[in-house]
Amino acid sequence: MSYVPVTPEQRARMLAACGVRSIADLFRDIPSDSAPRSFDIPRARSEMETSAFFRELASRNYSHLTNFLGGGFYDHFIPAAVDAIVSRSEFYTSYTPYQPELSQGTLQAIYEYQTQIARLTGMQAANASVYDGGTALYEACQMALHATGRNRVVMDGGVNPIYRKMLVSYTANLSIEFAEIPVSHGRTDRQRLFDALNAGTAAVILQNPNFFGVIDNHADVVEHCHSRGILVIQSVYPIAMALLKPPGEIGVDIATGEGQSLGIPLAFGGPYLGFMATTRELIRRLPGRIVGRTVDRHGREAFVLTLQAREQHIRREKATSNICTNEALCALRAHVYLSLMGKEGLKEVARLCRAKTAYAMERFRAIRGVRVMESSPVFNEFVVHLPMDAGDAAGMLVERGVAPGLPLGRFYPGMENYLMIAVTEKRTKFEIGMLAESVESVICQ
Amino acid sequence: MSVIFEKSVSGRRGVRLPASDVPDPPPIPAECRRGSDAELCELSEADVVRHFTWLSRRNYGVDTGFYPLGSCTMKYNPKVLEEIARLEGFASLHPFLPQLRHGGMLVQGALQVLYELEQLLCEITGMKAFTLQPLAGAHGELTGMMLVAAYHRDRGRRKTEVIIPDEAHGTNPASAAIAGFRTVSVPTEPATGMLDIAVLEKRMNDGTAAIMLTNPNTLGIFNTRIRDVVEIAHRHGALVYYDGANLNAVLGKFRPGDAGIDVMHVNLHKTFGTPHGGGGPGAGPVGVSEDLAPYLPISRVVKRSDNTYALNYDCPKSIGYIAPFYANFLVCLKAYAYIMLLGREGLIEASETAVLNANYLMNALREDYELPFDRVCMHEFVLSARKQAEHGVKALDIAKALIDEGFHPPTVYFPLIVRESLMIEPTETESMETLDAFVAAMKKIARKAAEDPKSILDAPLSTPVSRPDEVRAAREMDVVYP
Repeated sequence: MSYVPVTPEQRARMLAACGVRSIADLFRDIPSDSAPRSFDIPRARSEMETSAFFRELASRNYSHLTNFLGGGFYDHFIPAAVDAIVSRSEFYTSYTPYQPELSQGTLQAIYEYQTQIARLTGMQAANASVYDGGTALYEACQMALHATGRNRVVMDGGVNPIYRKMLVSYTANLSIEFAEIPVSHGRTDRQRLFDALNAGTAAVILQNPNFFGVIDNHADVVEHCHSRGILVIQSVYPIAMALLKPPGEIGVDIATGEGQSLGIPLAFGGPYLGFMATTRELIRRLPGRIVGRTVDRHGREAFVLTLQAREQHIRREKATSNICTNEALCALRAHVYLSLMGKEGLKEVARLCRAKTAYAMERFRAIRGVRVMESSPVFNEFVVHLPMDAGDAAGMLVERGVAPGLPLGRFYPGMENYLMIAVTEKRTKFEIGMLAESVESVICQ
Repeated sequence: MSVIFEKSVSGRRGVRLPASDVPDPPPIPAECRRGSDAELCELSEADVVRHFTWLSRRNYGVDTGFYPLGSCTMKYNPKVLEEIARLEGFASLHPFLPQLRHGGMLVQGALQVLYELEQLLCEITGMKAFTLQPLAGAHGELTGMMLVAAYHRDRGRRKTEVIIPDEAHGTNPASAAIAGFRTVSVPTEPATGMLDIAVLEKRMNDGTAAIMLTNPNTLGIFNTRIRDVVEIAHRHGALVYYDGANLNAVLGKFRPGDAGIDVMHVNLHKTFGTPHGGGGPGAGPVGVSEDLAPYLPISRVVKRSDNTYALNYDCPKSIGYIAPFYANFLVCLKAYAYIMLLGREGLIEASETAVLNANYLMNALREDYELPFDRVCMHEFVLSARKQAEHGVKALDIAKALIDEGFHPPTVYFPLIVRESLMIEPTETESMETLDAFVAAMKKIARKAAEDPKSILDAPLSTPVSRPDEVRAAREMDVVYP
């Protein structure tokens, strides 16, 4: 089934109209010595068979575990209206809004999304999205390097280790110097960070809450950096922004983050949403699409892609970024989610996350042999030290129907006994109790 | 009152959450607390649904009608793909599950999807290995350029330049530059519409790391001398990158791997029928020859001898992490389902019909519009509105007039090498009746351009807005609702 509506009879008429005898004539530019050596693809299967095949594969995944995994990617509640709206095919079967007259829906939605992100982060401008939170951080680095003309970046050890790895591989061929400052008591180590700054430093990268769930006020870091002409990039967790000091309130230059928690399913790693917000001064250095509000020739309100002179179809190798296709539909999801949750709803989600996390920490404090890392306050994720390998413990807990958290050994050598537990508004008191009891019985075995 | 924030009413709620079943937590330290609330809107669920339904009606997608946007392959996307992507077993799967002990066993269905799609893409393109991690076409290009750099570095070769024909997508030079290369352009031969081999010979030297080739190119022309290009590059120790944006033209007809291509990307959202989402998410898997496979990004999906699947992180020569996880997973899932639905014969029929439809349109329009490269085309072709421009009707005006005729316009002003260009890609999912209606509309516009050009300059008249003021938008930079 190829979804081709051309009938054999029409095919013959169309070939005749092209002045050729066969389809092969249309492919005559492909040299005969370049014919495929093989094309061994299975025969077509019907919609019923295809559907059954993938249902069977889906059933082999353990998506039903009670989820305490986080690490930057969270199991939040998604209202049904989000799916209902993004399933409107006028949205999902369109493409980049090059023709504004036929794309006012997408364009206005992006403009509104930019506004949501700006308000959430307290910044003055935002773009239409990039691929994910890691790419957003990399693009923010590029902005800072170009804006300052310097080539050194200092990264807090509390930044998601996956993002740190992405930054390193993206910049392997460029002359950029990275320094990484380990956290102290779970927080940004001010002294070591400040010592690592020099005249060549373009930017400092921070994360709030950081990878370990710890919340911080980086105002002092921003002040210290700005007095040295260094820009500050902060990656943030958008749900936490309902309650925590946003980057805009402390003078951060570029705010980025992963938008998955805003109504986007976990989906085994994607598609996700990288958001980027910045100040008025840096707006022309923002990568990707940006939508602006203007008027049409009759004076009616209209939305268009703007500041396109930054982009690669015009600037080619001098473009600010190579990003073209982004994550528009995920941005739409985030926008719909934020619209539904609204001002009070998002705060309530954040409060529930905090309350349930605090309750989980309390339950873990009561387990003999478990140490809760709590020298600094956290948002919805915390680290515990187990008297055994956390990976092994997690493996046993899965058999009890729980994904208990992220073992940290893979990302932080030496932390093999540490487990990081995330609690969202979806977890009940009962489930948290189950987790604590299961951990207790596993470590007692 | 159109912007959602204008519709907000203080105190209104859209979602009710369960009451807390745990004690209140200790307060957030004052210095970490937000100073003032984020001013998100306050609306009911019905308010929100109506707002977005209203917005959706101001949008045009493939489901609305013909969308011949050149170089974007706007084909119809089967609905069952969306249903498959919503399956709980995929949509709710946490990407960190494999990090638990024996965690790979918790995601066998998902790993099988990734592994088998990689195998299918290898067979379709003739490449030896694929990574599904690149999250879009341009991300694939960047990944490809990073692989090229790693390959040469590993051999101790100093290679600083990448050659890019002037008919390439604008992302090509940007991707090469971001990977640290200097770009060198090669012009298109006016007579053939193919890159100028003589100039290529001159520009290629021992400092050339790679050439980025789009084939068929953005003019819709297949480069008949692709083997010569590969030979010239390899003679200088350079690699050949194949931009697979236009792969929809050649399924089952040509495999880049057979022609000696070293590295390529595929746009799943173009060739393999996954929706474009208003500008993403897409996916840009990268395929490589045997020699480049060791450099592919971490992690690799492997099939073990007991027929289970696992993730391999032990890749010492790898370029590292280029994405947070394994792929834009749901996009890959849909692409796999699409390939299964079409099967071998369906894929071939898709390319044959895409090429037939394009040639049919080209022949039907050649008398009314200038055809700068008069030869058989592949999946798309480029017309010039130069004749119409003499009457003051430019490519942009023709695009706007087409909107009033009920069609999405083709790509205009790209490729840059043709003046007043209209780049038309009908795709295989359009019927002869649709193509005929489009031809009639284009002929009507050509006639009006000659007889009453002014009438076109007012188009479009049928849309909620008409020709927004882009200069004002760039000047005022109203990018956030105040």
